[in-house]
Amino acid sequence: MSVEIQVRVNGQPRQSTVEPRTLLVHYLRDVLGLTGTHVGCETSLCGACTVLLDGRAVKSCTMLAVQADGANITTIEGVSGLNGSNGGLHPVQEGFWEKHGLQCGFCTPGMICASVELLSKNPNPSEAEIRHALHGNLCRCTGYQKIVESVRYAAGKMKARKR
Amino acid sequence: MIPAAFEYHAPKNLEEAFRLLDRHGDEAKLLAGGHSLLPMMKLRLAAPRFVIDLGRLKGLDYIREEQGHMVIGAMVKHAEIEHSSLLRAKCPLLPEAAAAIGDVQVRNRGTIGGSLAHADPAADYPAAILGLDAVMELQSNSGSRTVSAEDFFVDMLTTQLRPGEILTQIRVPVIGKGSGTAYCKLPQLASGYAVVGVAARVTLANGKLAQVTIGVTGVGPKAYRAENVENALRGKKASDKSVAEAARHAAHGIDALADLHASADYRREMAGVFTRRALALAIARAAGKKA
Repeated sequence: MSVEIQVRVNGQPRQSTVEPRTLLVHYLRDVLGLTGTHVGCETSLCGACTVLLDGRAVKSCTMLAVQADGANITTIEGVSGLNGSNGGLHPVQEGFWEKHGLQCGFCTPGMICASVELLSKNPNPSEAEIRHALHGNLCRCTGYQKIVESVRYAAGKMKARKR
Repeated sequence: MIPAAFEYHAPKNLEEAFRLLDRHGDEAKLLAGGHSLLPMMKLRLAAPRFVIDLGRLKGLDYIREEQGHMVIGAMVKHAEIEHSSLLRAKCPLLPEAAAAIGDVQVRNRGTIGGSLAHADPAADYPAAILGLDAVMELQSNSGSRTVSAEDFFVDMLTTQLRPGEILTQIRVPVIGKGSGTAYCKLPQLASGYAVVGVAARVTLANGKLAQVTIGVTGVGPKAYRAENVENALRGKKASDKSVAEAARHAAHGIDALADLHASADYRREMAGVFTRRALALAIARAAGKKA
């Protein structure tokens, strides 16, 4: 028995018929072709599948697509379209570029989405607050130091933009 | 990892949810935030034929004050409890425990009712709920009843909830003058679950402990009240020495769990250590010291 859902993904309205057991991450990757959202541990731990659901960071491997019915979803493909990015890189993406916040890049989409939520709630986070906010995102290249620097860079950039 | 196929229902109100529960009996599972049920379904440890999603249901996501109590709807998310200014002022133990759960993403989806009904022996809320002497409201087609936190947890992953019942509300007392609370936790570093978690609530009167309640999670198959410690301290002076002595018995009579992360002996030892820390912090807060 399939269920019809309507979601807005990266600003685009989408209507699909899904099996109820379809996980949001599989819907995004396999149905919509948005493969920037990664499947990592599949056990709600690593955060590689993090997307923004109505502005909140969620693990899309631990959510059914039907639960997202009616929601506004932003994946890594849509981050650059968020407010103030003017179609170019989002300040968080720019931060990861400038401060070398990635090595292999597998965790990066999740790291960026979680960082975007953090900065939307707390525009000037301390190092401890950044680490706390990224607690649910694992990097196996051990690049946390650079990731924290990337988020701080983004915070500074967003502050400067607002002026 | 994809769950086994199931039929999906999203009731709009509680009555509809009760009807579905009654119709499908133990072949149905309630889905709240999905952060306990979905991982189990993905591992095929659970394969319900019917999933009843409470996420579309209106009216179970409130936090409000009622006659000296805070009442919290079962569908309130951990992040909402963590950041609630009302709860931080009126019942700071709950936000403190909520902030210790999992990570940001988990707290953005998981609900207090879902966590409590799941009754994971290493979850954080059960300790807080016991430490606050909370009351749970269970509703069904035939009415509602209330159960104390102490009675609610029966065994590992087992609660007082009967077939057809839904946990709808949690009621906790507003923190009084001269009272202090604290939640101290030894997390399992990879998952964030509690190896040991202790919630303490104390009330001071003339330097003595007029009231002490302690909830412990992670140690045994279910969360429990550390009554030995409570009884040893009630009416006594709130000194470091008396607290340290009493806290040592925090796992007395408990059949402690042993797993990859901690042996039974280590859990028992840590139950004492974290009970001491939680009590010391709660006492400092009750005395008005910022901590």
